[in-house]
Amino acid sequence: MQEKKQDLIDQKLQDLNNDGVDRRGFLKCMAWAGTGLVWTLAGGIPTSRAFAKGHGKDAGKSSDFSFVQISDSHIGFNKPANPDVTATLQTAINKINALPQRPDFIIHTGDLSQLSKPSEFDTLDQALKGASAKQIYFVPGEHDMLSDNGEQYLQRYGKDTKGTGWYSFDHKGVHFVGLVNVANLKAGGMGSLGHEQLEWLEDDLKGRSASTPIVLFAHIPLWTIYPDWGWGTDDSEQALSYVKRFGSVTVLNGHIHQIMQKVEGKVSFHTAMSTAFPQPAPGTAASAGPMKVPADQLQRVLGITDVNYLVSGRSLAVVDSPLGDARSSDSGSGRGLTVADSIIG
Amino acid sequence: MTKKNATILGFLTPLMIAMLLLTVSPSVKASDQPAGANAEVKIDNFSFGPETIKVSVGTTVTWTNRDDIPHTVVSTDGVFKSKVRDTDEQFSFTFTKAGTYSYFCSVHPKMTGKVVVQ
Repeated sequence: MQEKKQDLIDQKLQDLNNDGVDRRGFLKCMAWAGTGLVWTLAGGIPTSRAFAKGHGKDAGKSSDFSFVQISDSHIGFNKPANPDVTATLQTAINKINALPQRPDFIIHTGDLSQLSKPSEFDTLDQALKGASAKQIYFVPGEHDMLSDNGEQYLQRYGKDTKGTGWYSFDHKGVHFVGLVNVANLKAGGMGSLGHEQLEWLEDDLKGRSASTPIVLFAHIPLWTIYPDWGWGTDDSEQALSYVKRFGSVTVLNGHIHQIMQKVEGKVSFHTAMSTAFPQPAPGTAASAGPMKVPADQLQRVLGITDVNYLVSGRSLAVVDSPLGDARSSDSGSGRGLTVADSIIG
Repeated sequence: MTKKNATILGFLTPLMIAMLLLTVSPSVKASDQPAGANAEVKIDNFSFGPETIKVSVGTTVTWTNRDDIPHTVVSTDGVFKSKVRDTDEQFSFTFTKAGTYSYFCSVHPKMTGKVVVQ
């Protein structure tokens, strides 16, 4: 039975991967602005769901701890796609604070600011001070390293980090690694980790037990989503080769302002929504620029989509379900099998 | 058209042509692009347009960002490097030596372009 379920998951996930660039699927699984992800870990198994109204009572009930991922706040952006990105960040923070289980920490996967201006970082800091979780881990986005090769970012958010801002930490048995793939980018290329960081990563993971759950997080996706728009990381393959031996690997990214997910063996990839503005699905617009939607539509679609990550057995399974769906309370336990109809449909 | 007007026009036409020639002649020179010539590249939809621009030695090329997202204009060989350019902001560089200058946006490195200076 378990194997059958696993086959079903694998099969569905295959569909999901093939469906990755389908516009309808994207629109369905997009949660737009003012959103974030809640991650819970039960027995080393990460599960995520988008912030949503009216659910979450059972979130993390049986989990060891939870954390929240937010991304792409772009403080300072003031164009029509969202003239008030500070307000939508605040909405995201309010939702964090309304969670029944206080997250142990928040991970921000970059593009804190629009133009790396001190005033933008100040505004972000001020807003995040109001979050229930006091510990916040950052990685920079390309917008955070615009004017000074990231000096200011490092001073503010990366004091104890290596190189351009990478680091790792352990939390309740889970090993987290924050990577930087937005520095020293080469003409014609995509995101890049670089030799020095890769060496550090290999060393950082060396000697850790293969049963240690690993969470990698970085701004630009560590898997190739759409090369034409630079949505990938040139040397991510090498980084991923270092985590192959681990039983549970979760990769969290931002940058593309929409949910995308993929499972490859024991590695589960996920991109988060922005708290600022949506971006088009790959290839559906002339460019990856901010997607303008009417304000009422933005509000209407806020939080309409829910994302669940379930891990069962040997591989991570990604499950997406719309808000309207009856949510089973055991979705955090790794038993749920509400496979991704919302995306595949 | 009245006959009188036609006569006046008939009289004025050679003069107008002469004046036009006079005003046109500097721009005829400009197509040879002597020192002080200008050329424009627009940044639109995450691309440089035109992607390759041919100019004469001494031409000043001005890039204008028309996107909602900031970009940069950075020579791959370190010849020039703009600060970050937000919406409608410009960057100019004067090319004083012949050659092919490849450049890209260091924020979105898939964006590449060339200036060919002859």
